[in-house]
Amino acid sequence: MTSIRMSGRGGAAPKVAPYAFVAPAVVLFVLLFALPIGYTVYLSLFRTEVKGLGLGRGSRSEVFVGLDNYVRAITDAELGAGALRVLGYGAILVPTMLGLALVFALLLDEDRVRARGFSRIAIFLPYAIPGVIASLLWGFLYLPATSPFNQLLAELSLPGVNLLSPTGIYFALANIAVWGGVGYNMVVLYTALRSIPRDLYEAARIDGCSPWQVAVRIKIPLLAPALVLTSLFSIIATLQVFAEPMTLAPLTNSLSRTWTPLMKVYQDAFGRGDIYSAAATSVLIAVVMFAISFSLLRVTRSRAFGGER
Amino acid sequence: MRLDFAKKAVALGLGLALLAGCGGTEQAPDGPVELSFWAWAPDIDKVVDKWNADHPDVKVVVSKQAQGDDLVTKLLTSAKGGNPPDLAQVEFQALPTLVSNDVLADISEGAGAARDKFAPGIWDQVTLGGSGVYAVPQDSGPMMFYYRADLFEQYGLKVPTTWDEYAQTARDLRAKASDKFLGTFSSNDPGWFAGLVQQAGGSWWSVDGDAWKVSVDDAATRKVAGYWSGLVAEGVVDKSPMYTPEWNKALNDGTQIGWLSAVWAPGVLKGNAESTSGKWAMAPMPQWDASAPRTGNWGGSTTAVTSGSKKQKAATEFAVWLNTDPTAVEALVTESAIYPAATSAQEALTKPPAFFPNQPDFYTQAAKIAATSSGFTWGPNVNVTYTAYKNAMGEAITAGADLAPALTKMQTATVDDMKANGFTVSG
Repeated sequence: MTSIRMSGRGGAAPKVAPYAFVAPAVVLFVLLFALPIGYTVYLSLFRTEVKGLGLGRGSRSEVFVGLDNYVRAITDAELGAGALRVLGYGAILVPTMLGLALVFALLLDEDRVRARGFSRIAIFLPYAIPGVIASLLWGFLYLPATSPFNQLLAELSLPGVNLLSPTGIYFALANIAVWGGVGYNMVVLYTALRSIPRDLYEAARIDGCSPWQVAVRIKIPLLAPALVLTSLFSIIATLQVFAEPMTLAPLTNSLSRTWTPLMKVYQDAFGRGDIYSAAATSVLIAVVMFAISFSLLRVTRSRAFGGER
Repeated sequence: MRLDFAKKAVALGLGLALLAGCGGTEQAPDGPVELSFWAWAPDIDKVVDKWNADHPDVKVVVSKQAQGDDLVTKLLTSAKGGNPPDLAQVEFQALPTLVSNDVLADISEGAGAARDKFAPGIWDQVTLGGSGVYAVPQDSGPMMFYYRADLFEQYGLKVPTTWDEYAQTARDLRAKASDKFLGTFSSNDPGWFAGLVQQAGGSWWSVDGDAWKVSVDDAATRKVAGYWSGLVAEGVVDKSPMYTPEWNKALNDGTQIGWLSAVWAPGVLKGNAESTSGKWAMAPMPQWDASAPRTGNWGGSTTAVTSGSKKQKAATEFAVWLNTDPTAVEALVTESAIYPAATSAQEALTKPPAFFPNQPDFYTQAAKIAATSSGFTWGPNVNVTYTAYKNAMGEAITAGADLAPALTKMQTATVDDMKANGFTVSG
């Protein structure tokens, strides 16, 4: 008690308080973020070495290999192919998802819209469903024999579609992500739209703007920061796609167990039991992710945040 | 007041959790021993209850797990984390991988005496050909051919006894009912393919002194792959994976009228296609050489004790009891519907599985088929070969059905992984 009162008057002690307030965050950051990353980097520099047949106690030892795991990860053809597949998937997913989110947000922002609350919830709800469960549900809908869509097409004597074919699978996966992600992005964009001063619209209307012109010339430009944010998050989420292809893989011949880079990491760590090369690949993916995020922010900063500076 | 109570409750909860955490690592010297057991066999907890009733001092607690590859993954991870269960159900092909990663304990001291309860071919699989004993065999999975007897009669089909006849039957069926298949080639089930290869006389791994020899693309495997390439290319068998909602539906509605499976199939059929009870029949596998009938094994598992367990002696005692004690094995058969590995228990099976009331001599036949099982040596990285199978076979089928390149990929992936880990690989 005394010390606290003293510190109020004294000069040196108040400096403790800020640190005390920051401490919980720093401790959690170190324990749950910095430490695991450090351990991953440490692991990525080793590998196991087996003696003889590798059976029996003590036949495996950990040896330091420097950057070997990184060299192998960079030159791994399957990892590169996986990255390309994810790019293709992202090229379908990100524009579709953000486009739909933007359209829904603009529609909900219109004054004439009815059942706004219900529509908002209905569009947002799929976001609350975990990716694995969503993939299981969609898997049933995709499998030609159990798909109600194909039954419907057969009723109309039209040929069935197989969304689980090698090309169809890109759309099948993107569709699951769009279904789950549109709502979240819509809410972000909608919230940003709501914070735009209403008098801007009134001024525009007096100047003779149609609702379409208000949307294109006023709302979308003012939404730019929110659009940058949502694209950044979407791109990061895309590069980390894992649960959906992992869940669909057993249902089809079109998805390998190393279809995306993260699936490769999982397969390396837990399928092959090689946590060392999995660690190296993870670090590599993280670095690429940082690079993409920062360059994207840099490119768009002048446009998006120009007004804030 | 309410808040105070809530606080107390939280504090109490945390305290209990801490105590429980301590209890897991320290063994009270005179209290009852508690063993954790990871297993997936259906209703195995009912079998374990029998042990717990007779052994108040050693309590076994079953934790239900996912089958097969997933459990291997979990075991490897938990062992690395230093917190494995005391006992685990492990498939035969996973034993070398787990032994190589030092996950399993050598229990030859407590379990060595059980050796004469099992056929030599089965016992060899738990010793890995050495002096150690790494598990007690639980069940085996000799492969057999299952078919819809009612539909075979309806379409005038004969049960194929050779692979040539199987191909012809598949064609005949397609000619008579273009929406039906005699079977499927599944890119999702490497264990199934390995069983077919065993039947053809293939052997993917062998030990040569201090070196491993890998022959995933040997002549027998090429023969099997070539045979199925032809059937898939011709379109007379299906090429969708097994164990999908689509496949379940196909078993139910008679789209798939046959299944090359193992002795445990009645349990799967009951779970996936309950409405077809009594309509299936079992026959020996189609043969390459009808004069020398053989079969392979698909699945089959053991009870293993982990090297991280601090109660290995009690755990070994339980593992031996579970798989050799007559009441335990009988319960395994009736409750978990497994086909016991213990020889005497196989002979004691007289009633057919409930799903096959139409085939009273089911187990007599099964025992005869089991006796024709081929041996097989599993390597220390079966999981790598299996993943390569799933990837390469899926790709080969979507690309046009020549399965031979997939074998080359499986071989390369297996050898590369072993070499990268420092194994000596010859040949």
